[in-house]
Amino acid sequence: MINASLKTLSAALAQKKISSVELSELFLKRIEQLNPSLNAFITIDRERSLSQARDADARIAAGTGGLLTGIPIAHKDIFCAEGWLTTCGSKMLSNFVSPYDATVIERFKAAGTVTLGKTNMDEFAMGSSNETSYFGSVKNPWDNTLVPGGSSGGSAAAIAARLAPAATGTDTGGSIRQPAALCGLTGLKPTYGVVSRYGMIAFASSLDQAGPMAKSAEDCALLLNAMAGFDTRDSTSLERPTEDYARDLSQPLAGLKIGLPKEFFAEGLSAEVAQSVEAAIAEYRKLGAVTVDISLPNMKLSVPAYYVIAPAEASSNLSRFDGVRYGYRAPQYGDLHDMYAKTRAQGFGPEVKRRILIGAYVLSHGYYDAYYLQAQRIRRLIAEDFISAFKQCDVILGPTAPTPAFKLGEKAGDPVQMYLSDIYTIAVNLAGLPGMSIPCGFTKGLPVGLQLIGNYFEESRMLNVAHQYQLATDWHTRMPEGI
Amino acid sequence: MSLSNEEVQRIAHLARIELAPGEAEQTRDRLNGIFSLIEEMQAVDTLGVEPMAHAQNLGQRLREDVVTETNQRAAFQQVAPDVEDGLYLVPVVIE
Repeated sequence: MINASLKTLSAALAQKKISSVELSELFLKRIEQLNPSLNAFITIDRERSLSQARDADARIAAGTGGLLTGIPIAHKDIFCAEGWLTTCGSKMLSNFVSPYDATVIERFKAAGTVTLGKTNMDEFAMGSSNETSYFGSVKNPWDNTLVPGGSSGGSAAAIAARLAPAATGTDTGGSIRQPAALCGLTGLKPTYGVVSRYGMIAFASSLDQAGPMAKSAEDCALLLNAMAGFDTRDSTSLERPTEDYARDLSQPLAGLKIGLPKEFFAEGLSAEVAQSVEAAIAEYRKLGAVTVDISLPNMKLSVPAYYVIAPAEASSNLSRFDGVRYGYRAPQYGDLHDMYAKTRAQGFGPEVKRRILIGAYVLSHGYYDAYYLQAQRIRRLIAEDFISAFKQCDVILGPTAPTPAFKLGEKAGDPVQMYLSDIYTIAVNLAGLPGMSIPCGFTKGLPVGLQLIGNYFEESRMLNVAHQYQLATDWHTRMPEGI
Repeated sequence: MSLSNEEVQRIAHLARIELAPGEAEQTRDRLNGIFSLIEEMQAVDTLGVEPMAHAQNLGQRLREDVVTETNQRAAFQQVAPDVEDGLYLVPVVIE
């Protein structure tokens, strides 16, 4: 049951082989047993989960359930969920019980899923290792001395350890794809604007996008069907016809043109990851795909451009945390300015403060043109590189991360090294394209992720490309030993 | 480029984040490391390139000027650090 696909779970629920209460209890019990060593969850609320499960069982009994009704899933603690502690991994929100639901949560409620808990994450989603969380680092289930990746590291660890069948994540510079790669999962970041950002605590609003994390491309397609859709409450939500993201899963790949950007296979990529990715390319050729050499000449500029744009937007977004309307307030202070400055000094961790300071600087008088506008111009060059590349190919393929999971603490003291672990994922956010990571092999017992990048709104094609690979290989079915 | 301690203090003031004595120096070193990464951008010729703020070429959506939200003040103020009579309390600003 813990390895079952969402379709299998859905069928078992529909045929009354198991109830949603039983299924939820099974996962809640695993969380109780395994979470103390993994720290994947920040909040568990057994009674609240089981009450949702009872409602789901009633819907199933009444014949009004849908495909996902009764299936328990975990939510990244960046999504506001009514009545749930919603911390965003920060001391600043360590006392914040959300009075409302994010659209993503609301949509999953409507679908009848059960919330298993809120997963740990880098503070305000700023990190690539899940070590910046106020609630402590998350351990990688494949090896407890390693990081699970970030910022959706709690969601990734929870699925890898089979504490949840699936989870939500968010991806600003790679925060779904990189932890999916490091934990051996399938994770998808949709085209910017496909999933509503309402109630998803903002980091960098022009880059943030929510998406599913699960054990397979098929599961991700079904979850995305529930998550995606127009929302008037998000001004960047796109008004588009409803899609079935699973519609193309079974299409054959014969004739598919896969673009291989030379910049993805250059210096910086570890030999072990390169080997697994090369093997995946060979597998795709066997499936009838052809490869095309392409170039994304400005890709190396994506990290510097991102570390101007994302902090600039973050410094603006995080100005709302002032100790007045919600969240933490310093216990002692003098005047109003002192209250703000002490609240923010005590409520934010070091990485969040660094990014706010960078953002404040690049937006400040005299530096705006040199940094912020220059970064936005480079952003356009990067997006145009992708647009030209997609004239030659249907999908772009490469590694998700330059290395497999690294040691806890290894990069924690060196922000620049940490930032470079997102070198292959960041450009996709800057361009606003959909991207995925799927497992494509192992090195020294650790999973390696393959990144797929689709053209705008081609999630279903990308999912098809991922699913066909998963029919031919079994990397995505592997699970850590001893869990 | 590299930041001085005074500049770090100035930005921290702008961002309303108090830096403890001694913290400015460590912050400065870390920020300078990040700025050396960002510096790579400066050599790129972007003359004539239109800045890209957003992935989709969207205009701001308009809606009818009607009330769509209900009053939820009590629910929202439940999570506030300090309120009285429906008002948020902060230190005295005007005597």
